[in-house]
Amino acid sequence: MSLPTTVAGQLDALAAGHCQAADLIQAAREQGCRHADLNAWISEVEPTAPAAAENAKLGGIPYAHKDLFCTAGVRTTCGSKMLADFVPPYSATVHERLDRAGAVLMGKANMDEFGMGSSNEHSHFGAVLNPWDRQRVAGGSSGGSAALVAARVVPFATATDTGGSIRQPAAFCGVSGIKPTYGRVSRWGMVAYASSLDQGGVIAQTAEDCALVLQQMAGFDERDSTSLQAPVDDYRQALQQPLRGLRIGVAKCFFGSGVSDPVAVAVNAALAQMEAQGAVLVDIDLSHAELAIAAYYLIAPAEASSNLSRYDGVRYGYRCEQPRDLDDLYRRTRSEGFGAEVRKRILLGTYALSAGYYDAYYLRAQKVRRLIAGDYSRAFEGVDLIAGPTAPTVAFKLGEKLADPLAMYASDVNTVGVNLAGLPAMSIPCGFDQGLPIGLQLIGPALSEARLLAAAHQYQLHTGWHQQRPGTSGVPS
Amino acid sequence: MSAAVDAWEAVIGLEVHVQLRTASKMFSGAATAYGAEANCQANVVDVALPGVLPVVNAEAINKAIRFGLAVGGDISADSVFDRKNYFYPDLPKGYQLSQFAQPIVAGGLVHARRADGSLLQVQLTRAHLEEDAGKSIHDAFAGATGVDYNRAGTPLLEVVTEPVLHSAADAVAYLKALHTLVRWLGICDGNMQEGSFRCDANVSVRPRGSDQLGVRSEVKNVNSFRFVEKAISYEIERHIRLCERGEQPVQETRLYDAARDQTRSMRSKEYAEDYRYFPDPDLPPLRLSEAEIAAQREQLPELPQQRYRRYLEELGLSDYDADLLSTERALSDYYEQVAAAAGDAKLAANWVLGEFSAALNSAQLNVEDSPLDSARLGGLLAKLASKEINGKIAKKVFEAMWRSADSAAEAIDRLGLKKIDDSAALAAMVDQLIAQHPEQWAQLQQGQDKLLQFFIGQAMRATRGQADAGVLQGMIRDRLGQ
Repeated sequence: MSLPTTVAGQLDALAAGHCQAADLIQAAREQGCRHADLNAWISEVEPTAPAAAENAKLGGIPYAHKDLFCTAGVRTTCGSKMLADFVPPYSATVHERLDRAGAVLMGKANMDEFGMGSSNEHSHFGAVLNPWDRQRVAGGSSGGSAALVAARVVPFATATDTGGSIRQPAAFCGVSGIKPTYGRVSRWGMVAYASSLDQGGVIAQTAEDCALVLQQMAGFDERDSTSLQAPVDDYRQALQQPLRGLRIGVAKCFFGSGVSDPVAVAVNAALAQMEAQGAVLVDIDLSHAELAIAAYYLIAPAEASSNLSRYDGVRYGYRCEQPRDLDDLYRRTRSEGFGAEVRKRILLGTYALSAGYYDAYYLRAQKVRRLIAGDYSRAFEGVDLIAGPTAPTVAFKLGEKLADPLAMYASDVNTVGVNLAGLPAMSIPCGFDQGLPIGLQLIGPALSEARLLAAAHQYQLHTGWHQQRPGTSGVPS
Repeated sequence: MSAAVDAWEAVIGLEVHVQLRTASKMFSGAATAYGAEANCQANVVDVALPGVLPVVNAEAINKAIRFGLAVGGDISADSVFDRKNYFYPDLPKGYQLSQFAQPIVAGGLVHARRADGSLLQVQLTRAHLEEDAGKSIHDAFAGATGVDYNRAGTPLLEVVTEPVLHSAADAVAYLKALHTLVRWLGICDGNMQEGSFRCDANVSVRPRGSDQLGVRSEVKNVNSFRFVEKAISYEIERHIRLCERGEQPVQETRLYDAARDQTRSMRSKEYAEDYRYFPDPDLPPLRLSEAEIAAQREQLPELPQQRYRRYLEELGLSDYDADLLSTERALSDYYEQVAAAAGDAKLAANWVLGEFSAALNSAQLNVEDSPLDSARLGGLLAKLASKEINGKIAKKVFEAMWRSADSAAEAIDRLGLKKIDDSAALAAMVDQLIAQHPEQWAQLQQGQDKLLQFFIGQAMRATRGQADAGVLQGMIRDRLGQ
């Protein structure tokens, strides 16, 4: 008997009595073993099938956490040597909510250290391989989450997105991912990279699955002062909203010089498909979009340089051997405990906040941030959603961009603006190039998750890209 | 040297860390009580575990607003918590949350009085909210330093003056007024030994008449009024000595060593840290509505300086009494109630500062723990004011009331000290006394008026003080034919 691999499919099978939670757990474990070479897990846990609970909306569904959600009693490493043995005594709000919904944690997914990376090559636990081509990166920083879902190990995984860390790996791995509005999902217990940009979300095979899971994760949390009080829409019900009449903005800046021809072709085909389903395409202008990368790579490191100060070897986490004095303790603990990319961003951020540079870098970047947010607000006066390629190319080769950080950072060109503006966005599969998946990015105004999920779902009702799985032929019939 | 000293003017600015009296910490739910076992009042937020977030304590905000209103400062509709970044083991996050660019209170004036009674008004620059650090413990473990995070995250209001003070005595007068005010408002317990009220003093000198500021030194964390005065005096003299020699003081932080009565250099600002302040992205700006500020204004009590003026101008108390009765809120409130019940403000002041304070002292009690409540004492003084009893009896009754739950009337009854109103009996007794002391009576008749007191005294003794001295005097004068 072949078990369903989507959240919706597994919930139906459980409800119909076609399988038990234990079967799903067993299947996840076996599939995980078959794909162990992906290096997508940092820690696996020994799950027990939950007792069937009333109203458990995700009862019995296996899943993975990106390894920066604190899980009481289960080590939470953030992909770092600094926290390689750190076992938190408390759980993230996201974990508590999924636990309450009956979902079954299978383990903690690999990631770029503290979320800093676009290829998942910056993990203390090694790179995650792309399930479609093991010579290529899975994307980052939520590479483990995307690879596990793409390889059908788990039907969904949590992820976080600071500059594209949900959407870009989802695109590279041919799965669906949603980065909600800033403040929609609680950051309590979600280890910070850049506090004003970080947002938790979901990676799953389908928009429908994203809706089912996000429904359980989202909502106000008094422990996060940036959490939004607005009530959470009924995402699953909203999925039925057809594309007819939906105005979709298309911005030239998202099809800039770095975007490969096959990616542009596939995305344009997806837009044509949505148009055929009744959507209206509207040309829009986001005039400050080209400044997004520069602003992002000042603001995010600035916040990171401060957020990561707590890893000092004093209270928990890695501590260097035999420190001579306090300075030596700090210097060696942090030099040895952090990887090169994290050290680089801490230095960059420290510099940007330093006396004499603060105005020129940090304050100016904040100004750009407001301009970018303003561009989006104006654009959304005339359109309901904005669409474009998630990433300029398909997944690149392992090691290809490691020596060229600017090229690596440039791969975030279409995703970082969304974080600067605090908006919700999705990436869904929309085609293939050389057997590698291409992602379509949909961006909405604040708190338009229901609209985004509905548009993605309606597209997926008429296309089969999201049903392709690695190991089968790239092009659907 | 005094001529030379007169050529220089000291300029002093003070920064006081007022620990706000709240049940929980500034940004976490952990308790703030002093003296708990090390690290037993530090939760996941206080020790800065990965993934934790701060949530502002509304009670601390309200107390800061009340302070701002009490000093007549501007309450900012928008204030911002910034991160002050530096590494130290007692600073768990690697940054301290503090209001750098936009404090909750701007400006304000503290009314103080010098020892000679003259008024000293001290202009505040600002008051801002921040969190305390933990404590490093250097002597508990051989070869290692321990850290106790119980204090980490405790809410502080840092009150900063303009550089407007010019003597150590004035600095202390200001500190005492501030100390009175924060306890009066109920926002701080004022315990200096436990560090609830800590002072940093910035001291510089300049040629008298100059409007330039000299290079300043900062004396850190002095924890008693006496030591503040000594530390500032020492610094002023040190600066003058340097300037007299033509040397420039260096900008530095100094520690006061009470045992040696001197300050010594702690660190020089040449190696000044760059704190890389920026707004904390985990906390949105603190927005206060007019209504929220008004709600705190309604809770403001009458302030010490207002009471002081009222006692002086309306109640006619002496400067000394008005000052004593407007320093400690509990005593002042007690006095207010006693005075109202007694119907005589001056009499109430005498008794509250006299008998009552003495009784508290000898029992080593606080006003709040007094066995004699204000209504009962007021009742006693009402009887004294209406001459129902005299002062001597009142003192006896007071002692009885202190040791019992009796009202004044009950105590008087129980002691059998009810005033003798029977004038026939008194008159008979006066006649008897005259007969018993013919010599003294003759002298009194010859005009030796001091013997009047002799006869009154005898009568009082005979009645165990229950007679009215005025009535007795009238009777004796009657018999003298006056």
